[in-house]
Amino acid sequence: MKKVHVQLTLNGEPAEFLAEPRQTLLECLRDNLNLTGTKEGCGDGNCGSCSVLLDGQLVTSCLVLGVETDGLRVDTVEGIAKGSTLHPIQKAFIDNAALQCGICTPGFLMATKSLLEHNPNPTEPEIRLWLANNLCRCTGYDKIVRAVMIAAAEMQESAQ
Amino acid sequence: MSTPQYSLIGTRPPRHDGADKVTGRALYGADLKMSGLLHGSILRSPHAHARILSIDTSKAAAHPDCRGIVTAADFPATPERIVDLGEGETPLSYIRGNMLASGKVLYEGHAVAAVAATSAQAAAEIAKLIEMKYEPLPCVLTAPAAMAPGAPLLHPDLRCKEFGQPTTAPSNVADHFRQVMGNSEEGFAQADIVIEREFTTSTVHQGYIEPHTATALWNNDGRLLIWCATQGSFVVRDSVACMLDLPVSRVRVTPMEIGGGFGGKVPVYVEPVAALLSQKTGHPVKITMTRREVLEGSGPTPGSFIRVKIGAKKDGTLVAAQAYLAYEAGAYPGAMVSPAATCVFAAYDIPNQTIDGYDVVVNKPSTAPYRAPGATNAAFATETVLDEIAETLKLDPLDLRIRNAAKEGTRRADGAKFRRIGCLEVLETMKAHPHYSAPLGEPSHAAAQRGRGVAVGFWMNAGLPSSCTLNVHADGSVGLIEGSTDIGGSRTSIAMQAAEVLGLQSEDMRPSVVDTDTIGYTGVTGGSRTTFATGWAAHDAAQDVVRQMKERAARLWQVEEVQFANGVFTGGEHKLTFKQLAARVGEIGAPVVGRASVNPRGAGGSFAGVIVDVEVDMETGKTSIIRFTSVQDAGKAIHPSYVEGQMQGGSVQGIGWALNEEYFMSAEGRMMNASFLDYRMPTALDVPMIDTAIVEVPNPVHPYGVRGVGEANIVAPPAAIANAIHAATGHRMRHLPMNPPSVMAAILRG
Ligand code: FES
Ligand code: FES
Repeated sequence: MKKVHVQLTLNGEPAEFLAEPRQTLLECLRDNLNLTGTKEGCGDGNCGSCSVLLDGQLVTSCLVLGVETDGLRVDTVEGIAKGSTLHPIQKAFIDNAALQCGICTPGFLMATKSLLEHNPNPTEPEIRLWLANNLCRCTGYDKIVRAVMIAAAEMQESAQ
Repeated sequence: MSTPQYSLIGTRPPRHDGADKVTGRALYGADLKMSGLLHGSILRSPHAHARILSIDTSKAAAHPDCRGIVTAADFPATPERIVDLGEGETPLSYIRGNMLASGKVLYEGHAVAAVAATSAQAAAEIAKLIEMKYEPLPCVLTAPAAMAPGAPLLHPDLRCKEFGQPTTAPSNVADHFRQVMGNSEEGFAQADIVIEREFTTSTVHQGYIEPHTATALWNNDGRLLIWCATQGSFVVRDSVACMLDLPVSRVRVTPMEIGGGFGGKVPVYVEPVAALLSQKTGHPVKITMTRREVLEGSGPTPGSFIRVKIGAKKDGTLVAAQAYLAYEAGAYPGAMVSPAATCVFAAYDIPNQTIDGYDVVVNKPSTAPYRAPGATNAAFATETVLDEIAETLKLDPLDLRIRNAAKEGTRRADGAKFRRIGCLEVLETMKAHPHYSAPLGEPSHAAAQRGRGVAVGFWMNAGLPSSCTLNVHADGSVGLIEGSTDIGGSRTSIAMQAAEVLGLQSEDMRPSVVDTDTIGYTGVTGGSRTTFATGWAAHDAAQDVVRQMKERAARLWQVEEVQFANGVFTGGEHKLTFKQLAARVGEIGAPVVGRASVNPRGAGGSFAGVIVDVEVDMETGKTSIIRFTSVQDAGKAIHPSYVEGQMQGGSVQGIGWALNEEYFMSAEGRMMNASFLDYRMPTALDVPMIDTAIVEVPNPVHPYGVRGVGEANIVAPPAAIANAIHAATGHRMRHLPMNPPSVMAAILRG
């Protein structure tokens, strides 16, 4: 089938790619744009490891078609750090051992970023509810939830 | 014995691969790009048991995007032989048969053919063009059904090994062994109370988030290069070489970053298939499983049928125990029932024991290890029977366990005698833990009831070979080369053990996990052995570095004796720090390269206990975890955050196993829930914080006293939760999972 030309804002910069209409955004990111930071755990919307922001909305990129992103903003794990400085969420994940194998981490980082944009000071139940779309099999979630709390506190402090 | 003082061991430095893993830069197997790369897809059986009548690949081969097709017929023609790849003696045909079926398919999802094409999508579509003709056969799905007289046979050539001796009649039982200590019948005769119960547990999956993936290149120099997600690169090398009839020197395996394994990425699945496709096409070929393939076509862990009988005196002294353990191996023998037998009563000093183990093939995927394989099923039985004994004798369940706890010198039924272990310390820590005496709190609604349960589990841990090389750089940093796949921060725990010897910081170390050409043989990251054994090799390699550095200093200073302490070399009035001396090595002599390899026998097992509070909704049967405390003996916690992480991760896997997870099989042997939507693993919302208490009873054989902590923590949770459900509802649960329907059924039975 003929490929479609897609233009978008990717991690804050203009980008374009050619997509087969059947290709998911996840495939386009990984295979067409060479951004392999976004991971595939299931391909059917049930693990959250492919989470990205689409025009600021948290989505599972395996359930979005690449061609749907024409003209939109897409943010992935590769865009979280500011140049060579890690984002407080990334730092909190490393410092608090919130990753073991790390395959779920890009998805959790994106979900956390989205959570803290919506709710800068979430309670533990709010964090657990928001992150319930992301599976992690290694950590038992304890250290992830704590890292999110610590990142939230840090970001609030530096915002003041 | 005084506790040694460490400067780095026991601290929590950031991991070396942290930045790569939070920026998306870390390269996992599926991330690999390569020029000329083709993509493979595997065609799998829709039947649980069927004869393959014919495979017609002509339509698929004619597709313009098809680059190659392989079936079992593409394995080199070698006569049948018995091989041992570390999991016991197995016919080569069984090992190859699980990669690509020949003659018969033995489970739904069994691979029958594979296609290489220009894209993964095209490969999957072309695979569907392969025309298969099957003659479906009756299937057996549980151990008791497969053991029944007249059951359909999976392998007409399989003969049961009965107490080590071959028998003659065809059977689905591959092995029946018995371990005896004392005389259990006489023991039961002395008991005041004897309780015997039957248990069943469902097949569950390790549930790692990264699907299996491998890229193979049959290079033009005749070497086979493989990049894959594996817990053991040398196991992949040896398995692939064996299946493809190559000397191991022809195969090089590069372990990529790995997205979880828990035992499930010890065996190979797609590696030899990708290799055959590469041989056929002359291109590198990547195969990545879909989630459905992972659930149907990799190795879950055995379901089981268990009977446990325990006898006790009125005061709670355990006098006799019997276990009947029938484990489902899946399609090929190897149900890990022997570790189950080792663990079933390991936490207790019981003089009279008889343990029977059965390794039974059934029409489900060939099983693989899963975190303390075999032990969780067994502990579910033992620990709930003990709870019943404590209840009947009106004893505190921890007091009952403390009274009978295994100690140094306690003998197990397998003949082994414990060295210094921390069973008692774990139990005493549980007893003293504030959680154990805390009030349960009010149920959240009128139809809810709360209860508390405890249980303890054991895993013996593995030794196995490990190698380590250290390269001292001029700025005093040290490159550490090792072969253990890092699944949860082991690079750092290993590097810390070398840095402690060298008086360096963790960030002075540059650990890399390398391919099988570049490091000495290293066993799998499994058996909770990596921090223990590869860390030990790193410790010894660091001592080798110190020896060489001392020699360089002696030459520099022209002195006889050089001392090294706290990171400083001294000789006569001379003094240099490690870094200062490293800067001068070049002017004194050859570069300093430290090396060590180890092969520990006996690793020093770990005990782990759980205190759990549950709330059961009496109207729906749903169980919620209210509070959870995991207690484990780590020997010595090198990096406490990673120890806690293992305990928390194992605990939550145990919660999933207890409450939700199961292979839901139709009568025809089809898995009805082959997705993460329906194979329901715990989410962040399903669990509370997991409190941890690390106990440190140093392992006498290890330089820092380390005991592996990766596994024992999953053993107790299902039993502890069953005991808590009983405390809440008055009902004993004897089947896993204890999902709402089964709890509700127990409530309704009254
Ligand atoms: S890969 Fe998209 S949700 Fe799992
Ligand atoms: S860290 Fe491994 S799945 Fe989350």
